[in-house]
Amino acid sequence: MAHESAHVDKHAAHAHPNGATYLKIFVILTLITVVEVWAYYIPALVASPLFNPSLIIMSAVKFAIVVMFYMHLKYDHKIFKMLFSGPLVIAMATIVALLFLFRQLSF
Amino acid sequence: MSAHADGAAHAEHHTHYTTTGLDNRKIAIWAFIGSECMLFASLIATYLIYKGKSLVGPYPHTEYIDAAGKVFKPILDIPVTSASTFVLLASSFAMVLALQAVQLKGVPLPSGAGWWTRAQRSSQLWLAVTAALGTTFLGFQAYEFTAFVNEGLTIKTNLFGSTFFTLTGFHGAHVTVGVLWLMSLLWVDRTRGLAGPGDELLVDITALYWHFVDVVWIAIFTLVYLIQ
Repeated sequence: MAHESAHVDKHAAHAHPNGATYLKIFVILTLITVVEVWAYYIPALVASPLFNPSLIIMSAVKFAIVVMFYMHLKYDHKIFKMLFSGPLVIAMATIVALLFLFRQLSF
Repeated sequence: MSAHADGAAHAEHHTHYTTTGLDNRKIAIWAFIGSECMLFASLIATYLIYKGKSLVGPYPHTEYIDAAGKVFKPILDIPVTSASTFVLLASSFAMVLALQAVQLKGVPLPSGAGWWTRAQRSSQLWLAVTAALGTTFLGFQAYEFTAFVNEGLTIKTNLFGSTFFTLTGFHGAHVTVGVLWLMSLLWVDRTRGLAGPGDELLVDITALYWHFVDVVWIAIFTLVYLIQ
């Protein structure tokens, strides 16, 4: 059974994107970074209340793209997904809780 | 037996599947990455908690004039850091190509394959490119740290200096470990070749660590450098 499962895992591991897809992902990541840096130099955007949330969303999108495609978590076993997403949720909750505790964020 | 076949047999011998059918080393690296998420979350949280609470400059995004009338410009150099961010993103791209090259070892090249198709099959090339880009990123960080110290910001100057150097220093240490890991893998590839299924896992684990270092920087770049 373990061998069968190993075979399935190995098969899934090989169903990764190819070089062209990796290149497209790299271009997308670069473009998002360019937009982030461009926004930093536009005073009207920086003054907008949407500036920080939009930067965080763009950063989260880049984070998710790398994790899903470059780290292959989209194609990998659910145990790996749990091992990563569990601590990630705890980590993010810790950051938010500490920011509220130290009044950097408030309702 | 050829060096490659010998290496493959050796690697196969050391593959340990668990009752889940998954290799214990891959489970271990994901568990390690999960724990690293919490380490960096604590460092990022500390940075954010103390953000804007420094009593003296230099400040990250605003000018500071001390009691003697000395003017300190905003200390963060966004163009330089943007370049280093691009370098780290490029290193992640090179790393996936290195893993793909190892996975495709033994698969014959299609007839009339161009230079790009042939280049994609060289694991040594992409491992070397990844290590070189990682080293370049460290060079950018060394330049940045030196410039900050010369401009009057050290780990002891203010809360920004303490939290900034701790967070980015920890990240830089992780990049350094990654570069050493990549160079050792490159040495293995040059001496006995990375041709076996066990070797594929070895590169996969290295790649996971390297991409994690990249995603941590994606978060740091936004939270520390861009958000004002």
